[in-house]
Amino acid sequence: MGVAVRLCGISKRFGTFAANSNISLSVEKGSIHALVGENGAGKSTLTKIIYGMIQQSEGEVYIQEKPVHFSSPREAIDAGIGMVHQHFMLIPTLTAAENIILGDEHARLLQHLPMKHLKNLIRKHAREFGLAVDPDATVENLSVGEEQRVEILKLLFRKASIMIFDEPTAVLTPSETEHLFTTLRTLRDKGNTIILITHKLDEVLSVADTVSVMRKGKITGTMPAKSVTKPELARMMVGRSVLFKVTNPPPNPGETVLKVNNLGYCTRQGVEKLHNLSFKVRAGEIYGIAGVEGNGQSELLQALYGLAPAGTLLTGEAMLKGRSVLGKNPAEITLMGVSLTPENRLRHAVILDYTVSENLLFGRHREPAFHRGAGFDNRTLNRYCEQIIADYDIKCTSPSSQLLSSLSGGNQQKIVLARELNRPDISLLILAQPTRGVDIGAIETIHNKIIEARTKGVAILLISSELEEITALSTRIGTLYKGSIVHEFSQEEVTLKRNSEDEFQKEIGLHIT
Amino acid sequence: MNNPLTMNRKTAQFLIAILSILSALIVSTLIIFIAGRDPIMIFQKMFNATLGSSYGTGQVVFRMTTLVFAGLAVALPFQVKLFNIGAEGQLQMGAFAAAMTGALLPASLPSLSAISICIFSAMGAGACWALLAALLKVRFGVNEVIATIMLNFIAQGITGYLLTYHFAIPSTVHTPPVIDAAIIPSFHSITGMFPKSPANLSTLLAPFVALLFWFMLYKSRFGYELRATGLQPEAARYGGINAGMHSLTAMSIGGAAAGLGAANILLGYKHYYEAGMSSGIGFTGIAVALLAGAHPLWIFFSALFFSILEYGGLTVNAYIPKDIFMMIEAITILLVISFNALGKRIHQ
Repeated sequence: MGVAVRLCGISKRFGTFAANSNISLSVEKGSIHALVGENGAGKSTLTKIIYGMIQQSEGEVYIQEKPVHFSSPREAIDAGIGMVHQHFMLIPTLTAAENIILGDEHARLLQHLPMKHLKNLIRKHAREFGLAVDPDATVENLSVGEEQRVEILKLLFRKASIMIFDEPTAVLTPSETEHLFTTLRTLRDKGNTIILITHKLDEVLSVADTVSVMRKGKITGTMPAKSVTKPELARMMVGRSVLFKVTNPPPNPGETVLKVNNLGYCTRQGVEKLHNLSFKVRAGEIYGIAGVEGNGQSELLQALYGLAPAGTLLTGEAMLKGRSVLGKNPAEITLMGVSLTPENRLRHAVILDYTVSENLLFGRHREPAFHRGAGFDNRTLNRYCEQIIADYDIKCTSPSSQLLSSLSGGNQQKIVLARELNRPDISLLILAQPTRGVDIGAIETIHNKIIEARTKGVAILLISSELEEITALSTRIGTLYKGSIVHEFSQEEVTLKRNSEDEFQKEIGLHIT
Repeated sequence: MNNPLTMNRKTAQFLIAILSILSALIVSTLIIFIAGRDPIMIFQKMFNATLGSSYGTGQVVFRMTTLVFAGLAVALPFQVKLFNIGAEGQLQMGAFAAAMTGALLPASLPSLSAISICIFSAMGAGACWALLAALLKVRFGVNEVIATIMLNFIAQGITGYLLTYHFAIPSTVHTPPVIDAAIIPSFHSITGMFPKSPANLSTLLAPFVALLFWFMLYKSRFGYELRATGLQPEAARYGGINAGMHSLTAMSIGGAAAGLGAANILLGYKHYYEAGMSSGIGFTGIAVALLAGAHPLWIFFSALFFSILEYGGLTVNAYIPKDIFMMIEAITILLVISFNALGKRIHQ
């Protein structure tokens, strides 16, 4: 078949840090090639080099056996390479068709756009590859799955034959994921080459032909996907065997800590995001909320932590030990004993330009224990930082001078979790996607710390789109679909069904779609 | 550590500032040369007229004091990512308030209380004027750049109207002078330093206030929250920080600093309010803050540089138009911003 992309001795250094070192890789034409690895393993850097977004420090890139030196994505696009980014690059106010032709309009500056012809072309591609999208629909009204289809159509429209997908399933429902995989297989059968970046090992095994594993900037192995198993891949990624199971001793739930009753959330524009949402979390239990992203998780978090934007209409009640949290601000809610690790931690839970110790203090800087005069008590602060850094094995050399942005993603995540789990006198811990973006190796530590907090009697609300995480940790599980808890699994059910995990996950899957 | 990529950020920022000043000086040398003058002669004359004489040094010290305050007025809001273009208007309101208070106080008041009352009224007026812009921003989402520019015009209108129609001494364009007790004594009258120059004791306030600002920003819990709000406003909200509150306080404190700058001019030098007395100082304050990276202590050096340039430019006006030095100021700022952007790109 020939080789579509060949990399020879690619290295990329940022300062003294080598994001990629001496990588050689061949991607067969007409195959699905998966690139797996932990965060910071260098997958994104490598694909950015192929796509011309950054330039390698050393090495050669060959496209269709011709050496290339892209200085911008534009040149890569011209060479037949396309990329679907994790965060879609669409303009919400334009229609699907307008987005697809954007930047490649086939018309002079003042000429009328040949829309009719273009739409026919789009429909043709759509039929061929199962990419059903209404060309006239405005992008902001499309579902996430449809938006992704628009992105793929964009690539087809530009006649890309090498397509890079960056974590394409992160935002999809299970059925949309299946749909995407069918499309990927069709694209491959028509002779396109697909590079799939992911960290979900099950997906790799089900859709990829070849898989390459990256660790610490190097390729640790390339093999046919059929010949390897999930634990083998995980070991290659992490460098040691990984336990996928966390020991979850029987819980001992106490009184109700959080009671949410008929909660409703209506945006300023009048869109109903939550309605009749009810559940309760008891002390010493983990209440897991399973659901595909975009079914109200973010809104639930906003409502519980006083972050709903001005103009939002909240109805119903959310009581923490008999006191309502609705209408209070985050500082007041924290004082009531609530701690939150938000979904998007790098944006919401840390200040990247602050030092590690300033970040370990962030959100807890109102605790009198850290105060001295108008400033902070450095001695207490240092002691606290040292203890946390040791406890959570955070890789950092000098917490009081090192900026958080200089740490690896996994360590940044650990800092947030450590800080929140360590809060004194918490009665409710809200964890949103606690292990998203965390290395497989660190997930174990974090899961154990969560169980530990539960055993101490903290009520924990766990919101995660990883069903594995939900089933492994939860005491009870509620399934969130279109803004309501549509089904709840009792403690007995969860304990019983946890033993046959695959079936349990399938059963939960039925309730969230 | 020789590699610019591994250089620490503070050193980099310092080098960028120095590099910008040097490049601006080179450009100005070229301009002077093209204008047909000998650059070395011009610079020599400038030096003799500023730091080379005690009167000139006094002038520089006096201007520097105002610029330190004006720079702080811009720098503090800048830390919450608010661009205070309104130091000019805040200074004007502060000056007018100080002049009116100083003129209306009973003449028997002891000096210390008279001066304090006048300074506080200048700070109060500056703070209120800045707070108005911040309120518009926090309440109605009016961009603070637009709000402060408009408030500059309004300040000019109000002071102009009040001066012309109500408070000016007939057939002059200034208010009656403040009472003697409200006058901040000049260095000359106390120590004999800087003879005849407008340098006065309010200069002593400047390092004190700058230190206070530095402590507030980098050592206090207030500053911790304030800077967090500026760096990542969304994260600050999650961290339970009231971002709107911080916008209001940062702007008002900035406005109060502008008021102090007004006190230096009015109580220390002019002793009455006259039309156009603050012209442009608030805007130079923006340059001062930018060159110093909005750092309260570096503002001292940056204010010194600009005051030498401004006063020195005036003294060689006979040979070369002082507008050239305005160009140098502007070029320096553009270079600082460009070099900073360039530095960031290299870092990536």
